[in-house]
Amino acid sequence: MKTLMGFVAGLLFSLGLAISGMTDPARVVGFLDIAGAWDPTLIFVLGGAVVTTFIGYRLVWKRDQPLFAGRFALPTRRDLDPRLLGGAALFGIGWGLSGYCPGPAVASIAGLSLPLAAMLVAMAAGWWVAKRLSGSH
Amino acid sequence: MDMAASLHGLFGGVLIGLSAVWLMATLGRIAGISGILAGLIWERPKGDSAWRLAFLAGLIVGPMLLMLAGGNLGNVAGEPGAVIGAPIGGTGLMLVAGLLVGLGTGLGSGCTSGHGVCGLARLSPRSLAATLVFVAAAMLTVYGVRHVLGGGA
Repeated sequence: MKTLMGFVAGLLFSLGLAISGMTDPARVVGFLDIAGAWDPTLIFVLGGAVVTTFIGYRLVWKRDQPLFAGRFALPTRRDLDPRLLGGAALFGIGWGLSGYCPGPAVASIAGLSLPLAAMLVAMAAGWWVAKRLSGSH
Repeated sequence: MDMAASLHGLFGGVLIGLSAVWLMATLGRIAGISGILAGLIWERPKGDSAWRLAFLAGLIVGPMLLMLAGGNLGNVAGEPGAVIGAPIGGTGLMLVAGLLVGLGTGLGSGCTSGHGVCGLARLSPRSLAATLVFVAAAMLTVYGVRHVLGGGA
């Protein structure tokens, strides 16, 4: 059952990405290009997603636990540290160069090309390096 | 402003939010793509990998279904109805960008979904800070590539 729930979540997520146009790197970079022909689409995507999640989370958290798991697994840290901010900065540079963040990159596999394959392999390698660096931390 | 594109964005955004709420309601998890997939690929936690693999399958299958269904449901810029847009750079650029995205989201504990959607919805100060930093870094990068170097990526 957990597996089916995960599949439905992934499916809803990728349908949302594709319908909103986030599987088009040109549209994403169009939003990031504030000095060019600015494309506001991403604001609507983020706004729709955050408001829906904000309301939905609060309804869900009225229950004691999730339907198919023992507890809600929520991050508890609230402090800011160099790893968080430095990591976010590196991610932002990669996002700006490619127009891909992890979700849209994976959801675009339906239109797989050599550059996208390179992006995906390098991204997985980056996660491995991050794990090694965090492990020795 | 392109009204149709904005409405597509809003509708798609609500679906992304529903996905996040669904995952929290059923499995109690944050819908953070980088965390779900990095965990699946490099940790394979026992008893906690099957749903990640299924999530990955759903993430790949959704756009394929849209393409098969036809009906112009995508929102590719300048190509209304297309579902998947072309990469904006070659293999070399994507290798560099992919490494930065993987390393950055790994070190920074999240990406656009985990920090930008779920974290902001939880009112997490770490996620707000991370989101401001990665959006600013991405905007500066695009400015540098397009308007300083004139690469026209």
